[in-house]
Amino acid sequence: MKRLIVAVSCVVVVAGFLFAANWFKGRRAERLGFLAQEYASTFVRPHSPTLGAKDAKVFIVEFTDPACETCAVFSPIVKRFMATYPEKIQLVVRYAPFHEGSSGAVRVLEAAKMQGRFWETLELLYSNQHVWTQHHQVFVDRIWQLLPQAGVDLKRLEMDMADPRIAAVIEQDLADAQTLGVRKTPGFFVNGKPLEPFGERPLAALIEAEVRAQYPD
Amino acid sequence: MTVRESSRGDKPDLDWMLLFAAWMIALLATAGSLFFSYVMEFAPCVLCWYQRICLFPLVVILARGLLPFDRGAVRYGLPLAILGWLVAVYHSLVYTGVVPESLLPCSRGVSCMEEYISLFGWLSIPVLSVLAFTTLVAILLTLQRRASP
Repeated sequence: MKRLIVAVSCVVVVAGFLFAANWFKGRRAERLGFLAQEYASTFVRPHSPTLGAKDAKVFIVEFTDPACETCAVFSPIVKRFMATYPEKIQLVVRYAPFHEGSSGAVRVLEAAKMQGRFWETLELLYSNQHVWTQHHQVFVDRIWQLLPQAGVDLKRLEMDMADPRIAAVIEQDLADAQTLGVRKTPGFFVNGKPLEPFGERPLAALIEAEVRAQYPD
Repeated sequence: MTVRESSRGDKPDLDWMLLFAAWMIALLATAGSLFFSYVMEFAPCVLCWYQRICLFPLVVILARGLLPFDRGAVRYGLPLAILGWLVAVYHSLVYTGVVPESLLPCSRGVSCMEEYISLFGWLSIPVLSVLAFTTLVAILLTLQRRASP
Protein backbone atom coordinates (compact mmCIF):
# COMPACT_ATOMS: atom_id res chain seq x y z
CA MET A 1 0.00 0.00 0.00
CA LYS A 2 2.63 2.52 1.08
CA ARG A 3 4.91 1.49 -1.73
CA LEU A 4 2.08 1.88 -4.19
CA ILE A 5 1.19 5.37 -2.93
CA VAL A 6 4.81 6.54 -3.18
CA ALA A 7 5.32 4.98 -6.60
CA VAL A 8 2.09 6.38 -8.03
CA SER A 9 2.92 9.85 -6.62
CA CYS A 10 6.32 9.77 -8.32
CA VAL A 11 4.79 8.77 -11.64
CA VAL A 12 2.05 11.41 -11.38
CA VAL A 13 4.51 14.23 -10.56
CA VAL A 14 6.93 13.27 -13.32
CA ALA A 15 4.13 12.85 -15.86
CA GLY A 16 2.62 16.15 -14.76
CA PHE A 17 5.98 17.85 -15.17
CA LEU A 18 6.48 16.50 -18.69
CA PHE A 19 2.93 17.35 -19.69
CA ALA A 20 3.21 20.90 -18.36
CA ALA A 21 6.60 21.36 -20.04
CA ASN A 22 5.19 20.22 -23.35
CA TRP A 23 2.16 22.46 -23.02
CA PHE A 24 4.23 25.47 -22.04
CA LYS A 25 6.67 25.10 -24.95
CA GLY A 26 3.83 24.58 -27.39
CA ARG A 27 2.07 27.68 -26.19
CA ARG A 28 5.25 29.74 -26.45
CA ALA A 29 5.90 28.58 -30.01
CA GLU A 30 2.31 29.41 -30.91
CA ARG A 31 2.47 32.84 -29.37
CA LEU A 32 5.70 33.72 -31.16
CA GLY A 33 4.37 32.52 -34.51
CA PHE A 34 1.75 35.22 -34.09
CA LEU A 35 4.29 37.76 -32.86
CA ALA A 36 6.31 37.20 -35.99
CA GLN A 37 3.61 38.67 -38.19
CA GLU A 38 2.65 41.58 -36.03
CA TYR A 39 5.98 42.64 -34.61
CA ALA A 40 8.56 41.70 -37.23
CA SER A 41 10.64 44.70 -36.17
CA THR A 42 11.32 43.01 -32.84
CA PHE A 43 13.24 40.38 -34.80
CA VAL A 44 15.02 42.60 -37.31
CA ARG A 45 16.05 46.13 -36.35
CA PRO A 46 17.39 48.62 -38.88
CA HIS A 47 20.79 48.51 -37.14
CA SER A 48 21.05 44.72 -37.30
CA PRO A 49 23.84 43.31 -39.48
CA THR A 50 22.48 41.04 -42.20
CA LEU A 51 24.15 38.60 -44.55
CA GLY A 52 22.76 37.10 -47.75
CA ALA A 53 20.47 38.21 -50.56
CA LYS A 54 18.50 41.35 -49.70
CA ASP A 55 15.30 39.94 -51.24
CA ALA A 56 15.59 36.55 -49.54
CA LYS A 57 12.35 35.57 -47.86
CA VAL A 58 13.72 33.29 -45.15
CA PHE A 59 15.17 35.21 -42.23
CA ILE A 60 17.39 33.38 -39.77
CA VAL A 61 17.56 35.64 -36.75
CA GLU A 62 20.34 34.63 -34.40
CA PHE A 63 20.72 36.11 -30.94
CA THR A 64 24.39 35.58 -30.32
CA ASP A 65 27.02 36.22 -27.70
CA PRO A 66 30.52 36.46 -29.21
CA ALA A 67 31.85 34.75 -26.08
CA CYS A 68 29.40 31.84 -26.33
CA GLU A 69 31.05 28.61 -27.43
CA THR A 70 27.92 27.09 -28.92
CA CYS A 71 27.46 30.24 -31.03
CA ALA A 72 30.96 29.74 -32.43
CA VAL A 73 30.17 26.10 -33.19
CA PHE A 74 26.96 27.07 -34.97
CA SER A 75 28.57 29.77 -37.11
CA PRO A 76 29.87 27.39 -39.82
CA ILE A 77 26.67 25.34 -39.60
CA VAL A 78 24.55 28.39 -40.39
CA LYS A 79 26.90 29.36 -43.22
CA ARG A 80 26.44 25.87 -44.66
CA PHE A 81 22.64 26.23 -44.62
CA MET A 82 23.00 29.55 -46.39
CA ALA A 83 25.19 27.96 -49.06
CA THR A 84 22.58 25.21 -49.53
CA TYR A 85 19.89 27.78 -50.32
CA PRO A 86 21.69 30.71 -51.92
CA GLU A 87 19.49 33.75 -52.58
CA LYS A 88 16.79 32.38 -50.27
CA ILE A 89 18.20 32.98 -46.80
CA GLN A 90 19.14 36.12 -44.91
CA LEU A 91 21.05 35.89 -41.67
CA VAL A 92 20.33 38.58 -39.09
CA VAL A 93 22.69 38.91 -36.15
CA ARG A 94 21.29 40.19 -32.86
CA TYR A 95 23.34 40.60 -29.71
CA ALA A 96 22.65 38.80 -26.47
CA PRO A 97 25.88 39.38 -24.52
CA PHE A 98 24.90 37.28 -21.51
CA HIS A 99 28.49 36.47 -20.50
CA GLU A 100 30.05 38.81 -17.99
CA GLY A 101 31.96 41.44 -19.97
CA SER A 102 31.06 40.21 -23.44
CA SER A 103 29.29 43.47 -24.28
CA GLY A 104 32.87 44.76 -24.66
CA ALA A 105 33.32 42.29 -27.51
CA VAL A 106 30.03 43.49 -28.98
CA ARG A 107 31.31 47.06 -28.91
CA VAL A 108 34.37 45.89 -30.88
CA LEU A 109 32.05 44.24 -33.41
CA GLU A 110 29.88 47.32 -33.79
CA ALA A 111 32.92 49.56 -34.21
CA ALA A 112 34.29 47.12 -36.81
CA LYS A 113 30.95 47.32 -38.60
CA MET A 114 31.50 51.06 -39.03
CA GLN A 115 34.62 50.14 -41.01
CA GLY A 116 32.75 47.51 -43.03
CA ARG A 117 34.61 44.71 -41.29
CA PHE A 118 31.78 43.20 -39.25
CA TRP A 119 31.63 39.66 -40.63
CA GLU A 120 35.41 39.28 -40.76
CA THR A 121 35.65 40.38 -37.13
CA LEU A 122 32.81 38.11 -36.00
CA GLU A 123 34.51 35.12 -37.65
CA LEU A 124 37.80 36.11 -36.05
CA LEU A 125 36.22 36.36 -32.59
CA TYR A 126 34.50 32.99 -32.94
CA SER A 127 37.50 31.11 -34.21
CA ASN A 128 39.86 32.64 -31.62
CA GLN A 129 37.50 32.44 -28.67
CA HIS A 130 40.07 30.53 -26.63
CA VAL A 131 42.41 33.51 -26.87
CA TRP A 132 40.11 36.08 -25.35
CA THR A 133 37.77 34.05 -23.15
CA GLN A 134 38.66 31.74 -20.32
CA HIS A 135 36.25 29.85 -18.05
CA HIS A 136 33.39 32.02 -19.29
CA GLN A 137 35.30 35.19 -18.52
CA VAL A 138 35.93 37.78 -21.18
CA PHE A 139 39.25 39.56 -21.64
CA VAL A 140 38.51 42.30 -24.15
CA ASP A 141 42.12 43.55 -24.13
CA ARG A 142 43.25 40.25 -25.66
CA ILE A 143 41.09 40.95 -28.73
CA TRP A 144 43.32 43.81 -29.88
CA GLN A 145 46.22 41.63 -31.00
CA LEU A 146 43.81 39.65 -33.22
CA LEU A 147 42.02 42.51 -34.93
CA PRO A 148 44.63 43.35 -37.60
CA GLN A 149 43.88 39.92 -39.10
CA ALA A 150 40.37 41.15 -39.87
CA GLY A 151 41.77 44.26 -41.54
CA VAL A 152 40.52 46.57 -38.81
CA ASP A 153 42.03 50.01 -38.23
CA LEU A 154 42.71 49.93 -34.49
CA LYS A 155 42.97 53.69 -33.98
CA ARG A 156 39.63 54.34 -35.60
CA LEU A 157 38.09 51.37 -33.81
CA GLU A 158 39.09 52.69 -30.42
CA MET A 159 37.42 56.02 -31.11
CA ASP A 160 34.27 54.44 -32.56
CA MET A 161 33.84 52.05 -29.64
CA ALA A 162 32.87 54.96 -27.40
CA ASP A 163 30.03 55.95 -29.74
CA PRO A 164 26.83 56.16 -27.66
CA ARG A 165 24.89 54.65 -30.57
CA ILE A 166 26.62 51.33 -29.86
CA ALA A 167 25.35 51.28 -26.29
CA ALA A 168 21.86 51.97 -27.62
CA VAL A 169 22.15 49.05 -30.06
CA ILE A 170 23.14 46.66 -27.26
CA GLU A 171 20.34 47.91 -25.06
CA GLN A 172 17.78 47.49 -27.84
CA ASP A 173 18.96 43.98 -28.67
CA LEU A 174 18.88 42.91 -25.03
CA ALA A 175 15.38 44.35 -24.69
CA ASP A 176 14.22 42.45 -27.80
CA ALA A 177 15.88 39.27 -26.53
CA GLN A 178 13.84 39.62 -23.36
CA THR A 179 10.63 40.29 -25.28
CA LEU A 180 11.20 37.17 -27.37
CA GLY A 181 12.12 35.03 -24.38
CA VAL A 182 15.75 34.47 -25.38
CA ARG A 183 17.59 33.44 -22.24
CA LYS A 184 20.31 31.29 -23.76
CA THR A 185 22.58 31.75 -26.73
CA PRO A 186 22.48 31.12 -29.56
CA GLY A 187 18.78 31.93 -29.80
CA PHE A 188 17.50 31.13 -33.27
CA PHE A 189 14.30 32.24 -34.96
CA VAL A 190 13.48 31.33 -38.55
CA ASN A 191 10.91 33.78 -39.91
CA GLY A 192 9.93 34.44 -36.32
CA LYS A 193 9.50 30.80 -35.36
CA PRO A 194 11.65 29.87 -32.38
CA LEU A 195 14.00 26.89 -32.67
CA GLU A 196 12.47 24.28 -30.39
CA PRO A 197 14.05 21.94 -29.38
CA PHE A 198 17.57 23.28 -29.76
CA GLY A 199 19.98 21.47 -32.07
CA GLU A 200 21.54 21.34 -35.49
CA ARG A 201 18.99 18.94 -36.94
CA PRO A 202 15.91 20.77 -35.63
CA LEU A 203 17.40 23.96 -37.07
CA ALA A 204 17.88 22.28 -40.44
CA ALA A 205 14.30 21.02 -40.35
CA LEU A 206 12.97 24.46 -39.42
CA ILE A 207 14.91 26.15 -42.23
CA GLU A 208 13.85 23.55 -44.80
CA ALA A 209 10.21 23.87 -43.80
CA GLU A 210 10.39 27.65 -44.08
CA VAL A 211 12.19 27.56 -47.45
CA ARG A 212 9.52 25.21 -48.77
CA ALA A 213 6.75 27.45 -47.46
CA GLN A 214 8.23 30.63 -48.97
CA TYR A 215 9.42 29.09 -52.27
CA PRO A 216 6.75 26.47 -53.08
CA ASP A 217 8.00 25.55 -56.58
CA MET B 1 6.85 2.07 21.43
CA THR B 2 4.41 -0.68 20.47
CA VAL B 3 1.93 1.94 19.33
CA ARG B 4 4.51 3.52 17.05
CA GLU B 5 5.36 0.13 15.61
CA SER B 6 2.04 0.22 13.79
CA SER B 7 3.50 2.90 11.48
CA ARG B 8 5.88 0.25 10.23
CA GLY B 9 3.01 -1.82 8.86
CA ASP B 10 1.69 -1.55 5.37
CA LYS B 11 -1.37 0.54 6.21
CA PRO B 12 -0.73 4.31 6.26
CA ASP B 13 -1.43 5.93 9.65
CA LEU B 14 -1.40 9.60 10.61
CA ASP B 15 2.37 9.81 11.19
CA TRP B 16 3.05 8.23 7.84
CA MET B 17 0.56 10.52 6.11
CA LEU B 18 2.21 13.56 7.64
CA LEU B 19 5.63 12.49 6.45
CA PHE B 20 4.12 11.67 3.06
CA ALA B 21 2.63 15.17 2.85
CA ALA B 22 6.04 16.68 3.66
CA TRP B 23 7.69 14.53 0.99
CA MET B 24 5.01 15.52 -1.52
CA ILE B 25 5.64 19.22 -0.85
CA ALA B 26 9.38 18.75 -1.28
CA LEU B 27 8.78 16.78 -4.49
CA LEU B 28 6.38 19.34 -5.96
CA ALA B 29 8.65 22.23 -4.98
CA THR B 30 11.60 20.48 -6.63
CA ALA B 31 9.59 19.82 -9.78
CA GLY B 32 8.42 23.43 -9.77
CA SER B 33 11.89 24.86 -9.38
CA LEU B 34 13.21 22.62 -12.17
CA PHE B 35 10.27 23.74 -14.31
CA PHE B 36 11.16 27.38 -13.76
CA SER B 37 14.79 26.88 -14.71
CA TYR B 38 14.65 24.26 -17.46
CA VAL B 39 11.27 24.80 -19.11
CA MET B 40 10.67 28.50 -18.57
CA GLU B 41 14.44 29.07 -18.65
CA PHE B 42 14.66 31.42 -15.69
CA ALA B 43 18.24 31.56 -14.46
CA PRO B 44 18.37 30.84 -10.72
CA CYS B 45 20.11 33.48 -8.58
CA VAL B 46 22.55 32.66 -5.79
CA LEU B 47 19.94 32.74 -3.02
CA CYS B 48 17.75 30.40 -5.07
CA TRP B 49 20.63 27.96 -5.21
CA TYR B 50 21.06 27.95 -1.42
CA GLN B 51 17.36 27.18 -1.05
CA ARG B 52 17.68 24.40 -3.59
CA ILE B 53 20.59 22.90 -1.67
CA CYS B 54 18.22 22.58 1.30
CA LEU B 55 15.24 21.44 -0.74
CA PHE B 56 16.48 18.81 -3.20
CA PRO B 57 17.95 16.39 -0.60
CA LEU B 58 14.63 16.42 1.28
CA VAL B 59 13.00 14.55 -1.60
CA VAL B 60 15.43 11.67 -1.10
CA ILE B 61 15.67 11.78 2.71
CA LEU B 62 11.91 11.93 3.29
CA ALA B 63 11.21 9.22 0.71
CA ARG B 64 13.69 7.00 2.52
CA GLY B 65 11.74 7.63 5.74
CA LEU B 66 8.50 6.54 4.11
CA LEU B 67 9.59 3.09 2.96
CA PRO B 68 9.64 1.65 5.57
CA PHE B 69 8.46 4.32 7.99
CA ASP B 70 11.46 5.77 9.83
CA ARG B 71 11.08 8.70 12.15
CA GLY B 72 14.82 9.34 11.79
CA ALA B 73 14.03 11.08 8.51
CA VAL B 74 12.54 13.93 10.56
CA ARG B 75 15.80 14.27 12.48
CA TYR B 76 17.77 14.61 9.26
CA GLY B 77 15.20 16.57 7.28
CA LEU B 78 14.26 19.22 9.83
CA PRO B 79 17.63 21.09 9.92
CA LEU B 80 17.61 21.33 6.12
CA ALA B 81 14.04 22.60 6.12
CA ILE B 82 14.83 25.23 8.76
CA LEU B 83 17.94 26.44 6.91
CA GLY B 84 15.97 26.60 3.67
CA TRP B 85 13.23 28.54 5.43
CA LEU B 86 15.74 31.09 6.73
CA VAL B 87 17.20 31.66 3.27
CA ALA B 88 13.73 31.86 1.73
CA VAL B 89 12.63 34.49 4.24
CA TYR B 90 15.82 36.47 3.63
CA HIS B 91 15.28 36.19 -0.12
CA SER B 92 11.73 37.51 0.22
CA LEU B 93 12.95 40.45 2.27
CA VAL B 94 15.51 41.24 -0.43
CA TYR B 95 12.91 40.78 -3.13
CA THR B 96 10.43 43.15 -1.55
CA GLY B 97 13.18 45.67 -0.90
CA VAL B 98 13.20 45.46 2.93
CA VAL B 99 16.88 44.45 2.77
CA PRO B 100 18.81 46.63 0.32
CA GLU B 101 20.27 44.76 -2.65
CA SER B 102 23.77 46.08 -1.96
CA LEU B 103 23.96 43.77 1.06
CA LEU B 104 23.64 40.81 -1.27
CA PRO B 105 26.29 38.27 -2.14
CA CYS B 106 24.81 38.07 -5.63
CA SER B 107 25.47 41.44 -7.27
CA ARG B 108 27.09 39.54 -10.14
CA GLY B 109 25.14 37.26 -12.42
CA VAL B 110 21.39 37.06 -11.93
CA SER B 111 20.00 39.62 -9.52
CA CYS B 112 18.05 38.14 -6.63
CA MET B 113 15.53 40.92 -7.20
CA GLU B 114 14.84 39.82 -10.76
CA GLU B 115 11.08 39.46 -11.04
CA TYR B 116 10.10 36.42 -13.07
CA ILE B 117 6.56 35.64 -12.07
CA SER B 118 3.97 37.47 -10.03
CA LEU B 119 0.60 35.79 -9.63
CA PHE B 120 -2.22 37.86 -8.16
CA GLY B 121 0.32 40.59 -7.53
CA TRP B 122 1.98 38.90 -4.53
CA LEU B 123 2.80 35.27 -5.35
CA SER B 124 6.41 35.47 -6.50
CA ILE B 125 9.01 32.70 -6.59
CA PRO B 126 10.57 33.67 -3.20
CA VAL B 127 7.09 33.72 -1.63
CA LEU B 128 6.37 30.26 -3.08
CA SER B 129 9.60 29.08 -1.49
CA VAL B 130 8.68 30.57 1.91
CA LEU B 131 5.28 28.86 1.74
CA ALA B 132 6.83 25.49 0.88
CA PHE B 133 9.52 25.65 3.57
CA THR B 134 7.06 26.92 6.22
CA THR B 135 4.75 23.97 5.56
CA LEU B 136 7.71 21.58 5.58
CA VAL B 137 9.03 22.88 8.90
CA ALA B 138 5.54 22.83 10.42
CA ILE B 139 4.90 19.22 9.40
CA LEU B 140 8.31 17.99 10.48
CA LEU B 141 8.02 19.78 13.84
CA THR B 142 4.60 18.21 14.38
CA LEU B 143 6.07 14.79 13.67
CA GLN B 144 8.86 15.44 16.14
CA ARG B 145 6.38 16.55 18.83
CA ARG B 146 4.28 13.43 18.29
CA ALA B 147 7.32 11.25 18.86
CA SER B 148 8.03 12.73 22.34
CA PRO B 149 4.75 13.58 24.02
